[in-house]
Amino acid sequence: MNIENIKSQFPIFSKKINGKTLVYLDSSNSSQKPMSVINRLDNFYKNEFSNIGRSIHSLSVNATNKFENTRTSVKNFINANSIDEIIFTKNATESINLVASTFGQQNIKKGDEILITELEHHSNYVPWHYLRESKGAIIKFAPINDDGDIIISEFEKLITKRTKIIAVTHLSNVTGTIVPVKEIIDIAHKKNIPVLVDGCQSAPHISIDVKELDCDFYAISCHKVYGPTGVGILYAKKKWLEQLPPYIGGGGMISEVTKDKISYNKLPEKYEAGTMPTAEVVAFDESIKFMESIGIKNLVDHEKKLTNYALDKLRGINSVEIVGNPKNKAGVISFTIKGVHPHDIATILDEDGVAIRAGHHCCQILHKRLNLSATARASFGVYNTKEDVDILCKSIDNCRKIFNLK
Amino acid sequence: MDLKELYQDIILEHGKSPRNFGKCEKHNHEAKGYNPLCGDQVKIYLRLNKKKTVEKLTFEGSGCAISIASTSIMTELVKGKSFIVAKSIIDEFLNMIKNGTKIKTRDLTEDQKTKIMSLSGVKQYPMRVKCATLSWHTLISALDGKKMDVNTEKLD
Repeated sequence: MNIENIKSQFPIFSKKINGKTLVYLDSSNSSQKPMSVINRLDNFYKNEFSNIGRSIHSLSVNATNKFENTRTSVKNFINANSIDEIIFTKNATESINLVASTFGQQNIKKGDEILITELEHHSNYVPWHYLRESKGAIIKFAPINDDGDIIISEFEKLITKRTKIIAVTHLSNVTGTIVPVKEIIDIAHKKNIPVLVDGCQSAPHISIDVKELDCDFYAISCHKVYGPTGVGILYAKKKWLEQLPPYIGGGGMISEVTKDKISYNKLPEKYEAGTMPTAEVVAFDESIKFMESIGIKNLVDHEKKLTNYALDKLRGINSVEIVGNPKNKAGVISFTIKGVHPHDIATILDEDGVAIRAGHHCCQILHKRLNLSATARASFGVYNTKEDVDILCKSIDNCRKIFNLK
Repeated sequence: MDLKELYQDIILEHGKSPRNFGKCEKHNHEAKGYNPLCGDQVKIYLRLNKKKTVEKLTFEGSGCAISIASTSIMTELVKGKSFIVAKSIIDEFLNMIKNGTKIKTRDLTEDQKTKIMSLSGVKQYPMRVKCATLSWHTLISALDGKKMDVNTEKLD
């Protein structure tokens, strides 16, 4: 695997940031885009644009086909059973909201329980909170240990007869914990409880097989997967999509409309109301092709090696502390420097062209659990190199110098 | 811009050893400020006496070097000033950070002006402006006796 060749496919890396070469370590937030994806967007708008599914003319037929091609690619990419199980949304947040809202409407009553974990991003908590407000549901948080691993025995104890759904992240965007979701799903299914997996962080960094996981719902954010913004994916088992009510109402999701009755469209259109981000969905096919051209296994191996290299180097720097030490960790490293606030770290690193994120990363529950108000986070993508890590460490040294740390 | 202009020694020093830190006794005004983007929180305590002079002014909170230093310097400069002078110093500070205007007030000594102007470099870092201004907005709220917490995302 030739990283220089991969990096050269991303035009942003030829730009200078503050006069320095860009070291992009914020892929957990959003990934950069390869030229093929940018070209596809450009070309679609220039030569192929039309709305989909509504018109008979050739442009519309072509656009619809291209849009549906992506659906098939996504189905294959995550190993779903059918294209009917792939719903395009605005983002993963909307995917989770779709499930919380429709599942909640149908299945949650006062006093029913929703089990999530202390690792969750706000987007896998707030939608469930709405059910606490509207239906009187109870939200339980499965605890983690200081390493950032979910304590499975405690998790099991929190499941009761009133647990209606479990929602858990596949990969923490703070500690990099790879959660044993298969184990959790097996436990839940023995008690007939459906499981939603928030796959926002996992999609580009570990391989996903929804059939093997047997999850009921899986949410993906395409802009984190080398794709355009404005597109998310909800995978859901067909039985759920058939059973649950529709979410957003409007054109495209209906079958027959009269003054006193409306029937809804078949899957997957039942969940895709209004004009979709057509060009973006079409271009996302190129993101999948890009990852397949590298090979998911190579991509995972590369990031694993890079993470271990970075952990070793960072642990060797005085006053740097890594947040969490999970059993299985992906390319997300949150850290603190004793005596330097994460925001100051981010400003100083930015001056060196190093883009990291600082703050609570939309995980206030987790930060409180770890007794931290904020952390700095470096996260990797396929384009990152050991040299990037070296520059990060040098820039951290610069922080220590500015703050007169020993 | 050189980072040394942002992280001047005086800012690093105040950031590390803030003045007037903690809850003051017999305060009769207080206000809370919050920056939801980063989780920084500040609580301002002050005692306004019968002559409407800021007799005591302290703070509690957590934040970055810029935010702690800005708050620490603020408490030093505003303590002992009348309500009206306090308000005009706040105005001048916010104007300096937003618009780059100079500090002209005659109510501060030259030394104090140098201190307050050490924060002017923040203007060059738009993402950090709220770090520097959170406590000043919270002080306005405390002076005015407002009940609502200050939230940096809800300010103009």
